[in-house]
Amino acid sequence: MANRAWKTLTAPLISDNPITLQILGICSALAVTTSLDTALVMSAAVISVMALSGASVSLIRNVLPRSIRLIVQITIIASLVIIVDLVLKAFVFEMSKRLSVFVGLIITNCIVLARAESFAMRNAVLASILDGVGNGIGYGLILVAVGAVREFFGKGSLLGTQLLMTASQGGGFEPLHLMLLPPSAFFLIGVIIWWIRSKKPDQVERPEYGIQEEPGGDG
Amino acid sequence: MPELSGLFLRSVFIDNLALSFFLGMCTFLAVSRRVETAFGVGLAMIAVQTVTVPVNNLIYTWILAPGALAWAGLGEVDLSFLKLIAFIGVIAAMVQVLEMAVEFHVPRLHRALGIFLPLITVNCAILGGTLFMVERSYGFTQSVVYGFGTGVGWALAIVMLAAIRERLKYSDVPDGLKGLGITFIIVGIMSLAFMGFSGIG
Repeated sequence: MANRAWKTLTAPLISDNPITLQILGICSALAVTTSLDTALVMSAAVISVMALSGASVSLIRNVLPRSIRLIVQITIIASLVIIVDLVLKAFVFEMSKRLSVFVGLIITNCIVLARAESFAMRNAVLASILDGVGNGIGYGLILVAVGAVREFFGKGSLLGTQLLMTASQGGGFEPLHLMLLPPSAFFLIGVIIWWIRSKKPDQVERPEYGIQEEPGGDG
Repeated sequence: MPELSGLFLRSVFIDNLALSFFLGMCTFLAVSRRVETAFGVGLAMIAVQTVTVPVNNLIYTWILAPGALAWAGLGEVDLSFLKLIAFIGVIAAMVQVLEMAVEFHVPRLHRALGIFLPLITVNCAILGGTLFMVERSYGFTQSVVYGFGTGVGWALAIVMLAAIRERLKYSDVPDGLKGLGITFIIVGIMSLAFMGFSGIG
């Protein structure tokens, strides 16, 4: 039992990672990663929403009619996100301004709904919480990795502390402005996927069909 | 009028939801295997976006914004904390209506879109468009233009990506990069290309 719980928690970290394998929750993963601190706050927000939504959906899973389950799930998630949004506004107002609309967008972050639908609807409360936390951490790992690389190479700093003296400050480091622009996030995630899949060849996608198999077909 | 067309161009190219705000990525990556389906989703997106952003704009200005209920004599009531739930409700209802309309009038497109039409509900680009509209406090006309523009921009991006991916089937991609990996790199390059528009004032 403990073994299974541990597996539920750790499987989504690398091998079944929500971003690189399940293609979930990419939308917000990219936009908040220009610096490490926004990535950390965003991950914390998503982890708490996922744990709580997993718990609440799992609690009512036996009394919930199938036909209205999506609406109910979305409403639960939306209420949780509103709470998180208000908490952020109350305690770290400056940060919530920088995250702008992306906290609200956790509602439509497919990862939360997908885990509620595919895991919490079928499992007990504790397992659902673990699954939510595990997937949240897997999501957070990618966010933090991308955020750290982008902030370090884009500004020469981590968490706002200057680590490398930039050329304009008299040091020898020329900040790589590309890292602060949107495309770099795509490149970094692409490379992370490449790295994970070269470690785990079973995740490599098979082509739907080869060139030989479709003579003159229109694809 | 010039500022409205400026806003339109801005929302299609410079502030492209998919390529500079990463919104609607799940659908963007999952449905872009074929140009035909990508085109269908793009059209659905334009339709939903053009309707939901203005409708949400009306709901926000007349009911939810701080002091918006003054017309009902409730000037001090502030319902803005309800905006996320209200917006997602409007979006879900709109998508439902659109799905029924498509199923009735264009059954072929409905079959092609399959599960992706309902999934538009949880497409961040729709909710994102609405939230940006609130954050930048657009008026009603502006929100119509903005909704239409962002829809067109997103559709344009997904059709382009699908066209590239169809071509890509004939190229020899390293194993680990196949599928999702190379798609991310392509989207990155497309996003770089779209950055070129940002100099246009």
